[in-house]
Amino acid sequence: MSVAFSETGRAEFERLLTRYPDRKAVILPALYLAQKEFGYVSAEAIVYIAGLVGTSPAEIEGVATFYTMYNRKPVGKYHVQICRNISCSLLGAEHLIEHVSKKLGVRPGETTPDGKFTLGTAECLGSCGTAPMMQVNDEYHESLTVESIDRILDQLP
Amino acid sequence: MEKVLTTHFANERYRRLDTYRQYGGYEALKKAFAMTPEAIIDEVKKANLRGRGGAGFPAGVKWGFLPKDLSRPRALVINADEGEPGTFKDRVIMTRGPHLLIEGIAISSFALRAHACWIYIRGEFVREAKILDEAVAEAYAAGFLGVNILGSGFDLDVTVHRGAGAYICGEETSLINSLEGKRGWPRLKPPFPASVGAFGMPTIVNNVETIADIPWIVTHGGDTFAALGVEKNGGTRLVGVSGPVNRPGVYELSAGANLKDVIYNVAGGMRDGKKLKAVIPGGSSTPVLRADEIDVTFDIESMAKIGTMSGTSGIIVIPEGTCMVRALSVLMNFYAHESCGQCTPCREGTGWLKKLVGRIEAGEGRQGDVELILDLCDNMMGRTICALADAAVMPAQSFIWKFREEFDRHIGEQKCPYGNRF
Repeated sequence: MSVAFSETGRAEFERLLTRYPDRKAVILPALYLAQKEFGYVSAEAIVYIAGLVGTSPAEIEGVATFYTMYNRKPVGKYHVQICRNISCSLLGAEHLIEHVSKKLGVRPGETTPDGKFTLGTAECLGSCGTAPMMQVNDEYHESLTVESIDRILDQLP
Repeated sequence: MEKVLTTHFANERYRRLDTYRQYGGYEALKKAFAMTPEAIIDEVKKANLRGRGGAGFPAGVKWGFLPKDLSRPRALVINADEGEPGTFKDRVIMTRGPHLLIEGIAISSFALRAHACWIYIRGEFVREAKILDEAVAEAYAAGFLGVNILGSGFDLDVTVHRGAGAYICGEETSLINSLEGKRGWPRLKPPFPASVGAFGMPTIVNNVETIADIPWIVTHGGDTFAALGVEKNGGTRLVGVSGPVNRPGVYELSAGANLKDVIYNVAGGMRDGKKLKAVIPGGSSTPVLRADEIDVTFDIESMAKIGTMSGTSGIIVIPEGTCMVRALSVLMNFYAHESCGQCTPCREGTGWLKKLVGRIEAGEGRQGDVELILDLCDNMMGRTICALADAAVMPAQSFIWKFREEFDRHIGEQKCPYGNRF
């Protein structure tokens, strides 16, 4: 099944092209655009972007798989990523990961059966002064406790 | 102490152009346009401004590496890929004072005769990228960016470019590859970015904080900036303190602050009456210090004298009761995850370090494992294209050198004496 950007997405792609001297520089932003529009970076999205940029799907695939933020598989409505690096670990991140894992009934890397949550761990997200922290989709949640994490996850529609 | 960056950071509106201008914002740019590019570079040299991204290279010297010939267009690239574990300072600048960075970019680009600038920001900083985008748009609308800025005849385009989750992209040649739409693989040098950088252009890559210091330097002069720090390390630094201290956070301090004082006074000392065990002084890649080694000045040279680095000035405080093998295991997982895979000593070495430290922590360490780790380190350090292998080796070696008894005990007892917990 082939895919295509919406009109807004296409306009954004064209705008991106004006910001760089080389067409290939839009690959990273275009992959974000694909993820936003199609939910994840599917094989079809890779072929589509390759066509727009004017390169091979293999090159786009090689770029997409290098970076952690492009989801090659669908993720839940909420992608919960708990930082497990040193500053967060020193302040209880391991305990929080266990807690959320138990609460949602999934291990890191898995999605709940209803498709609402994907649990993941993340390396340092640059928020060490407010550790422990997690990222839910685009948003940071900081200075977490078991109670606050429960409140945040319970309130998500 | 005089502050260079954070004076108005408590004011939520400071991120907006109108408020920034009320406090004198973009006056330095006007002053810069009345100077010659060479005169600006001289002030930056006099300022003893050292790169704030971790390596501490003198910014003015780096700027001097651009080729003299002006026939090829030049670029300025801002490294906003803040990813070194324990580092969270550039985020504060981008959130609280984005126009400091943008004004710094305009002045620096004028000094470097660059007409294109990309701000490469880590992908996870979605909110920060949005704030920067808004600030860039404000600056364009007010004529501080774009064509013929303030009637000076100088043109500059600035674009915010998001990374996508790769620690290695904080390395400048990897960042350039990533900006060009490639995998973030570091490049062999030479050629250095100053001769062949982004899109083949002569390119200077500078950290956010480095460039945000530039307006103040132009306003007050390089000598005044230098005097805020210590010899060879001018100005102030944004210092981040994380871990179980009473007041974790980012503080603007003299480059000559005392490390012990930062932890016990500035950051309020240890939380819950805990005792200090160790300090990682400048981001996770810098060699660890024992608690009795921290009564030192935090500047680049003083830290080098005691075998470590002030790095990104991300101070990680480790309390008594922490298993150092477990702490190292967390770091080794990180470096193995982030190795780009290009160079064998790093790709294989970081994987082996992760496995070896992991098995010691799991109570499955063998006699000779510690020696094997140190041997691996010798075969990684300095043998790769970029410094990621070194960045993994420095904590591995220093944790063993300074806390050897804990590794031996794990192996001897075939278990973690701390119960596999933090």
